[in-house]
Amino acid sequence: MTYLDANATETLRPEARAAVLAALDGGGNPSSVHAAGRGARRRLEEARESIAERFGGRPSDLVFTSGGTEADVLAVHALGAGRRLIVGATEHDAVRSATRGAAVLAVDGAGVADLEALRRLLAEGGPALVCLMLANNETGTMQPMTEAGRLCRQAGALLHVDAVQAAGRVAVDFATLGADSMAISSHKLGGPQGAGALLVAPTLSAGLAPLIAGGGQERGRRGGTPPLPAIAGFAAAARAAGGAAALAVLRDAAEQGAVAAGAVVLGAGVPRLPNTTCLALPGVRAETQVIALDLAGVQVSAGAACSSGKVARSHVLDAMGAGALAGEAIRVSLPWCAGQADVAAFLLAYRIMAARLSRRAA
Amino acid sequence: MRVLVAMSGGVDSSAVAGLLAEAGHEVIGVTLQLYDHGAATGRKGACCAGQDIHDARRVADHLGIAHYVIDAEARFRDAVITDFADSYARGETPVPCIRCNQTVKFNDLVALAEDLGAERLATGHYVRRLDGPEGAELHRAVDPARDQSWFLFATTRAQLARTLFPLGGMPDKAAVRAEAGRLGLPVASKPDSQDICFVPQGTYGDVVARLRPEAAEPGEIVTEAGEVVGRHDGIARYTVGQGKRLGMAAQAGGERRVVVALDGARRRVVVGPAGSGTRLVRLDEVNWLTPARTLRCAVKLRSGDSLRAAEVVPTADGAEVHLDAPVLAAPGQACVFYQGTRVLGGGFICPPQPV
Repeated sequence: MTYLDANATETLRPEARAAVLAALDGGGNPSSVHAAGRGARRRLEEARESIAERFGGRPSDLVFTSGGTEADVLAVHALGAGRRLIVGATEHDAVRSATRGAAVLAVDGAGVADLEALRRLLAEGGPALVCLMLANNETGTMQPMTEAGRLCRQAGALLHVDAVQAAGRVAVDFATLGADSMAISSHKLGGPQGAGALLVAPTLSAGLAPLIAGGGQERGRRGGTPPLPAIAGFAAAARAAGGAAALAVLRDAAEQGAVAAGAVVLGAGVPRLPNTTCLALPGVRAETQVIALDLAGVQVSAGAACSSGKVARSHVLDAMGAGALAGEAIRVSLPWCAGQADVAAFLLAYRIMAARLSRRAA
Repeated sequence: MRVLVAMSGGVDSSAVAGLLAEAGHEVIGVTLQLYDHGAATGRKGACCAGQDIHDARRVADHLGIAHYVIDAEARFRDAVITDFADSYARGETPVPCIRCNQTVKFNDLVALAEDLGAERLATGHYVRRLDGPEGAELHRAVDPARDQSWFLFATTRAQLARTLFPLGGMPDKAAVRAEAGRLGLPVASKPDSQDICFVPQGTYGDVVARLRPEAAEPGEIVTEAGEVVGRHDGIARYTVGQGKRLGMAAQAGGERRVVVALDGARRRVVVGPAGSGTRLVRLDEVNWLTPARTLRCAVKLRSGDSLRAAEVVPTADGAEVHLDAPVLAAPGQACVFYQGTRVLGGGFICPPQPV
């Protein structure tokens, strides 16, 4: 089996696995007064410090959540109150479903946000919250965040950045990003599922309005006992993540081989995540490609997986004006541990599939 | 061999997947997402997938086979639901299950099977596919109570050649449930599905009214001579041969009257004496499962109808059916040709030509 769907969930890093097991054995509730509680609290705070340092934030400004989706929703809830919402057209559903009715910021054919349009939208009314992802989950396209942040500050708008796919794959530094909040997720960088975090600007973090008040954990910003094993694994994965730039060589090889077999790359020619490529095969439904590759032992994805498991049409590729290709593209996302053998296995399966299906489509 | 199994989440197709897997085939389960279940049942925020898709996946998990959900919503809407409403608006009585079998299931899934390198498509339909001198033949199921051959007449010979119907030889439904139970399938005692899948609780008139409002508008009930004898509440609620919902028009001088025609253009229900009918029925979109020729055979004009003796004559654009005894045939329904257990073909009943 060849796993090339890291953007759905990364392969677990051995450091993270070890940290999860150690925390499971460590026990304790960080809120407890006694020795076991103190031990748990120490592990929680060490994890917080470690992750904050890794991504350029202050530990006191980092709120643990159940994952990237909750971090995004918390940001919209806490920072968006009383503000207009401006949301990138290719944002993840975590953001889109929390910002219904928001003004949509258009993207170009490669998926890059139109900064002129952002300038106009910011000038249209009162204080706004802008939601923009650092890197797109389907194409890997990176947004011009420094410039977007500057426009937001000039207009008095807040900026929330979904860095779930970028964190651990490209350099991410909250302090210099120019954002007011940033969402990250454990399992997208090789940690276990079930933990994420929202980093919040120092000026906003203290009184952040919780989504879940509960027992006042996370300094009143997120109720509920924190999942210490997941958080410990998250921190270990964050420390271990990095060096993904080398994946670009493998990704480019996969891409070139696929193009030679008839694929069209969507989102090419702009800064991208090193591990991601979006490959359309004209005339062949994305669903059929994903199934054919899976039956050949190669695991990729397409569009956004609904809980029904059906392959839904991609709003990201539609927003990029991909036309019919929006329903004919798969996402190949290399995990941190990918090697040349994975690319070779992918290309072998892809060539066979493309030869059979393209002929039928023609 | 590699077999694609169309799994609905019900006991029949689950048993098919289980039996083929048990026989050592590489089974790939697919479930068609035909419509947004949340929207169809009117529950806001409900998942687009219904319980049936969940059940199909659980059966596949149990069997340890690959399973995929295929998004066929747009195709189903265009090929089945829209056709269903349009047909009612024309004054016909459509059979959406035949349209679905003809398009979404056998056309598209046979193509998908080929795309995925599967040699056969298998379904849970109760019919038999037998090999004869002319190639693959379609036959009635062994269990007459479950036979679905009428609904599958439009399956082409090329499709039939690539299809398996493992339940056609089962003695009855209880035997299928017993097999499902023996295989430990979680759906072994699931109730049978009812009615039209995309119509919640049998309110098909609402579906038609939403898509073709004119078919739900009231109009006149007239005699064949044009005399207005009553009012109706939308032609979509009527079918040729029907005696109900006619009110005062249901009787004339002690004689019972039934619907003899539906005039979609003028939104009229036409009534005539019960027992009237014609000997000639014209068909279009005829599918021949034997070389087209004049046939002396038995025909079935509705799913629950009995067999009627007739002669079928191929024409340039369909076929003419000359019945031994007159009958009221409903346009839009299927007329299927049988010789013994074998299905020789069939077509859709055309509206009578204007005289």
